[in-house]
Amino acid sequence: MGEEKHEPIPGMVEKRGRALWLTHVLMIVGVLIVFFPIWLAFVASTVTQPEIVSPPMPLLPGGHFWENYKKALFSGVNVPVYTMLFNSLVMALGIAIGKIIISLLSAFAIVYFRFPGRIFFFWMIFITLMLPVEVRIVPTYEVIAGFGMLNSYGGLIFPLIASATATFLFRQFFMTIPDELAEAARVDGASPMRFFVDIILPMSRTNIAALFVILFIYGWNQYLWPLLITTDVEMNTIVMGIKQMFPSGDDTADWPVIMATSILAMIPPVIIVISMQKLFIRGLVDSEK
Amino acid sequence: MEKLVTFKGWLLPLALVFPQIVVSAVFFFYPAGQAIWQSLFIPDPFGLSTKFVGLGNFEFLLTDEFYRASFLTTGVFSLLVTLVSMVPALFLAVMADRLIKGAGVYRTLLIWPYAVAPAIAGVLWLFMFNTRVGVVSWYLGQLGYDWNHVLNETEAMGLVVVASGWGRVSYNFLFFFAALQAVPRSVIEAAAIDGASFWRRFFTIVLPLLSPTTFFLLVVNIVYAFFETFGVIHTITTGGPQQATTILVYKVFADGFVGQDLGSSAAQSVILLLLVGALTVVQFKFVEKRVHY
Repeated sequence: MGEEKHEPIPGMVEKRGRALWLTHVLMIVGVLIVFFPIWLAFVASTVTQPEIVSPPMPLLPGGHFWENYKKALFSGVNVPVYTMLFNSLVMALGIAIGKIIISLLSAFAIVYFRFPGRIFFFWMIFITLMLPVEVRIVPTYEVIAGFGMLNSYGGLIFPLIASATATFLFRQFFMTIPDELAEAARVDGASPMRFFVDIILPMSRTNIAALFVILFIYGWNQYLWPLLITTDVEMNTIVMGIKQMFPSGDDTADWPVIMATSILAMIPPVIIVISMQKLFIRGLVDSEK
Repeated sequence: MEKLVTFKGWLLPLALVFPQIVVSAVFFFYPAGQAIWQSLFIPDPFGLSTKFVGLGNFEFLLTDEFYRASFLTTGVFSLLVTLVSMVPALFLAVMADRLIKGAGVYRTLLIWPYAVAPAIAGVLWLFMFNTRVGVVSWYLGQLGYDWNHVLNETEAMGLVVVASGWGRVSYNFLFFFAALQAVPRSVIEAAAIDGASFWRRFFTIVLPLLSPTTFFLLVVNIVYAFFETFGVIHTITTGGPQQATTILVYKVFADGFVGQDLGSSAAQSVILLLLVGALTVVQFKFVEKRVHY
């Protein structure tokens, strides 16, 4: 067929031949280096404690996968890991859904209404954009303690909902919705809430999904806040609970179980990021703009 | 920018903003106000009464050598984290951009660490460099290097920097890669036709075109290193050895919860608050500028 003749002219910009291989090799080396810590954690979660404590540990998986994961999930160190997974799930979902709901509502009000105090509320929300919970931990802790919300899901979730990023994203998006739609809804005598439910919500679907991915990971990966307010091991989240699995003093840590727990802790966010890659990247780029 | 078409009524919109306002007021404005208020007092040792000291807590902090050291540590730490996470990310993005096929696969693999919480990243790196069982520290030992981040301040700093920067490589890669894909191919090709080598094209065309992204990432990564790396520090070094890795956010925690020095912790919160404010302003100023590029 003379295929060789039809080959594209070697590019000056995209690489071919040796340079292409070199690029692939460099890429693979880069990916391997970046991936190594995760690989090692996985290997450690499939071998026995003696194999780890007499270094060097093997670099290929062993045969104790089920044993270690079963031990982690159902007995753990302080508390079974499935309890911590459940707590993390409730916290991450609570933060993501809670934030999305209150932000959708307030953005809708600020964009589609003129009401007394509108500018004031707008700025009030705007200022919260600036302050991560890490900065105001002591007084926020006191508020939660005052409400008797230590060791509760409410205490884990509410302080982290108070942020304006989502509100601003929705506000920006609502501004791009053509006025004709609201006009038509008004002419047809639809109530504002009808308009919100039938027009705004369906149109915001992609934005909501993208934001959900970002917020879920944000919530799942919280460390300092759960560390402060969950003194009861039954309420520990998995990301903060791992540190608690290390023995105090000179005892040797149960590495296979700890590493199995680390792998379990990263699975949900990794699945979400990989499976919703397009949405995730979009959400990331949007929310940082 | 305002909508021309709006709905009538004021009760409904007030009800709609109500949840967010309540949450912000209770969990944001009240605690922030408390932080400012508490920063003006010193509680007595038994916590029964407090004494007004005005700006005394701040004065004390600014002359306190530990606090100053923590400022310096934070500066060094965040610069190193930014460097360690941005340079490899840019390199990988440039490599991926040269590929026609397969870039998507590499991207999928490189995204992973972003999803890993800083605290978990801390545990993974601690495991590799653990003085007793760590694989990397063991091989270093075979090479004749005695790794001990528990005692050596430089090694401790190096370890928390790498563990903090690791997940950010993914993040920075995504932004650099997107920006590289947006560089007009025609410009690059024109330069190539004129005989500019790959590196020449990179430094004279691509890098300047990337500068908005680079600057944006610089700010975002510094903010990250300042405020979101608590988990890494807490899992690997707990601020040690001898406070060598006690960054400002860690010190707020250590003084407020461990040391129970509420006045000082509150004053530190206020200082951090001002810092975040300044960084946010820089970020916003820049976002506005970015539009004109």
